[in-house]
Amino acid sequence: MLSRVSDSLYWMSRYLERAEHNARLIGVNLDLSLELATAFLPDRWARPLAAMNAGLSPDETADLDAMLAVLLYDAGRPVSVRACVNAARENARQVREQVSTEMWQDLNRLYLRLRGAAKLTSDEHGNFCRDVIEGSHLFQGLTDATLNHGEGWQFIQIGRYLERAMATSRLLDVYFASYMADGAALGAVEYIEQVGLLKSCTAFEGYCKVYTADFQPRHIAEFLLLNEEFPRSVRFAVDSVQAALAEIARDVGARKTGRAERLAGRLRATLDFGHVDEIMADSLHDYLGDVTRQCERIHAAMYETYIAYTVDSALAS
Amino acid sequence: MAVKKTKANRETGDEAAALPALFCDYQLDGAYDEMLGRDRVPRPAYEKLYQRILKLAPEEFHQRQQAADLFFLNQGITFTVYGHEEGTERVFPTDLLPRIITADEWRVINDGLTQRINALNLFLKDIYHDGRIFDDGVVPRDMIHSCRHYRPEMRGINPPRDVYVAISGSDLVRLDDGRFAVLEDNLRVPSGVSYMLANREVMKRLFPQMFLLHGVRPVDNYCQALLSTLRSLSPPHRPNPTVVLLTPGVFNSAYFEHTYLARQMGIELVEGRDLLVHDNVVYMRTTAGLERVDVIYRRIDDDFVDPLAFRRDSILGVPGLFNAFRAGNVGMANAIGTGVADDKAVYAFLPKIIKYYLDEEPILPNVETYIPAYDDDRTYVLDNLDKLVVKAVGESGGYGMLIGPHSTADERAEFRQAIIANPRNYIAQPTLALSRAPCFVDDRIEARHVDLRPFILAGEQVKIVPGGLTRVALKRGSLVVNSSQGGGSKDTWVLSD
Repeated sequence: MLSRVSDSLYWMSRYLERAEHNARLIGVNLDLSLELATAFLPDRWARPLAAMNAGLSPDETADLDAMLAVLLYDAGRPVSVRACVNAARENARQVREQVSTEMWQDLNRLYLRLRGAAKLTSDEHGNFCRDVIEGSHLFQGLTDATLNHGEGWQFIQIGRYLERAMATSRLLDVYFASYMADGAALGAVEYIEQVGLLKSCTAFEGYCKVYTADFQPRHIAEFLLLNEEFPRSVRFAVDSVQAALAEIARDVGARKTGRAERLAGRLRATLDFGHVDEIMADSLHDYLGDVTRQCERIHAAMYETYIAYTVDSALAS
Repeated sequence: MAVKKTKANRETGDEAAALPALFCDYQLDGAYDEMLGRDRVPRPAYEKLYQRILKLAPEEFHQRQQAADLFFLNQGITFTVYGHEEGTERVFPTDLLPRIITADEWRVINDGLTQRINALNLFLKDIYHDGRIFDDGVVPRDMIHSCRHYRPEMRGINPPRDVYVAISGSDLVRLDDGRFAVLEDNLRVPSGVSYMLANREVMKRLFPQMFLLHGVRPVDNYCQALLSTLRSLSPPHRPNPTVVLLTPGVFNSAYFEHTYLARQMGIELVEGRDLLVHDNVVYMRTTAGLERVDVIYRRIDDDFVDPLAFRRDSILGVPGLFNAFRAGNVGMANAIGTGVADDKAVYAFLPKIIKYYLDEEPILPNVETYIPAYDDDRTYVLDNLDKLVVKAVGESGGYGMLIGPHSTADERAEFRQAIIANPRNYIAQPTLALSRAPCFVDDRIEARHVDLRPFILAGEQVKIVPGGLTRVALKRGSLVVNSSQGGGSKDTWVLSD
């Protein structure tokens, strides 16, 4: 597979994952605002904004519609859902012949729908978010059902799960930073916020199946960070990245273990054998920071091995 | 508005009333009509289609038109219009009424184009080697050497199988007597074949019955034929050649086509930055390291292929590619420097070129062409600018063109200046009454000008899939069919015997 192609597939998948994640985060928080029965509270949005690394100016967070105009629809702002979908589609367009027709049609349809949704009324923001999430889910299903599960598919997996591991880590970090700072027991508001955190990862039902509807910060952290079976947990995501990297190494006939594989294997082991009490007793913030750093290193190592290698190194081997 | 026009037609043309109401705006005059004969009776090949049109409910037709448009939009079958900031990606409009070509007509086209491509390849070999045709005084040497697309770097190089032009598409028009003539040859990087294939796919979905009734010859083996043509250009001793398609990238107007063809052939679609040359061998960068490339179907113009050999500022090409080609380590379709043979002034010599190399009369005629570089022709052209079509010799895509009868005095003055300043840069042709074919426009059937671009493959042997791209000038009365200038297309049905 061409290096450039794997690069585009990887970013296509990462951007769509980011679009889905941001859309869900915004949708869930819109919903929460209703339950909290207050008008727009800039403080309420501080956490999701920090989790998205949105970088909005005070003007833009002055009222809800202005904020959503940026977060959802402003194609010029990299954080916006629309910009992420555009970027995913643009990457797919660069490798149009490498994705299946079904995948392309779905992504193109999503892109066209968003393009047509430039000016929605306040009531429609929620639908917009749901559309994006649905489109992304459909795309993932189509990817699994219609694309050869070869090298390209593996790069798509890496893009999705690396993005997911980092996004979930950041979200946990942001939520738990304020929880730890408050240090208080769960009041009604905090309860809703913790449920919001779970819903931001579609983890509500999954969590209840494991721990029942008894919401404990420790359990929430354990579930989102270390659960082996929940597809949006950090551990699950890292496991998937590691598995995909191993497959790619096999596909290209690598003779020795590459750096990316080694880093992914090490991170996987850390998470596989991690224990939530120890992590929280130590510093969840540091732990999550380390996970994020490791993910960035995996990304860099993958680039070095498969995508941006030097010609000399390729001719020498 | 529509009612008025109908009345006007009735008053002027007594027979027009004989056509059904659906045809109230149907234009019939000197130009050849693809469907209706002089007596306004449908030609035999069109009889079934005509009957179907008469039974047509406009709503039903609308629905199918929408289904077709949606198909193109969702598939992203679009082209890029240069010079527009917004909405640069557009769907190529398709008309749902097929254009029909009989088996006998196709035989002439097939033989004529085969003859032409054979002569052109011999001609290119000659001008880049001995230049016999100059010595024998058939084509003036300075005309070739002054041609913008002439590449002195190609002299003495032997491309595989002496094939210079492996992939081409010639534009045919139908004259008022019903004969086909060649309007121009596209020998560099012709596009449009994906529209031919996509149109067919849509039509098969929307009108399956009609296909069965007509016995339409298939075109979908084009990509297979293209791949075997490309493989035949591989350097010797490479039993399993790696073929790639080199695209300028996603911003090129024909990018959709590049991806489509690469996918259908199962070959890599590469950009310049994916390739590199080491020791005169071409490699592509893959996740498994460097992989050798044997044949390149390049959709990049000569100028941009190799910044070391041609334009230095090119970032689309591959440094050293030309040397690798010269060393015989990589096949290239088309070879460098083929544009010299589709120069519009050289076109005028094509009948002589065919006669010279093959000792045959041209099966498909040329359109009469004036060359302002010659004094007599220039005088005639300058005196008749309002009647002629003037074209810049090195341009394509409908750019750099004056259509005399539709031009303003200012435009004519501008072209007059340009012709006097640089006569070698222009040719002129009579304004042709291009044939018209029925199209579905605003709930009615109207006649629109069409041409035909069949696609010719020349490797081990010449192959032309029975069909082509019928381009339509969608604006009423317009003669320009280029997609970049508001043209559309329709499916082309070549009937079996």
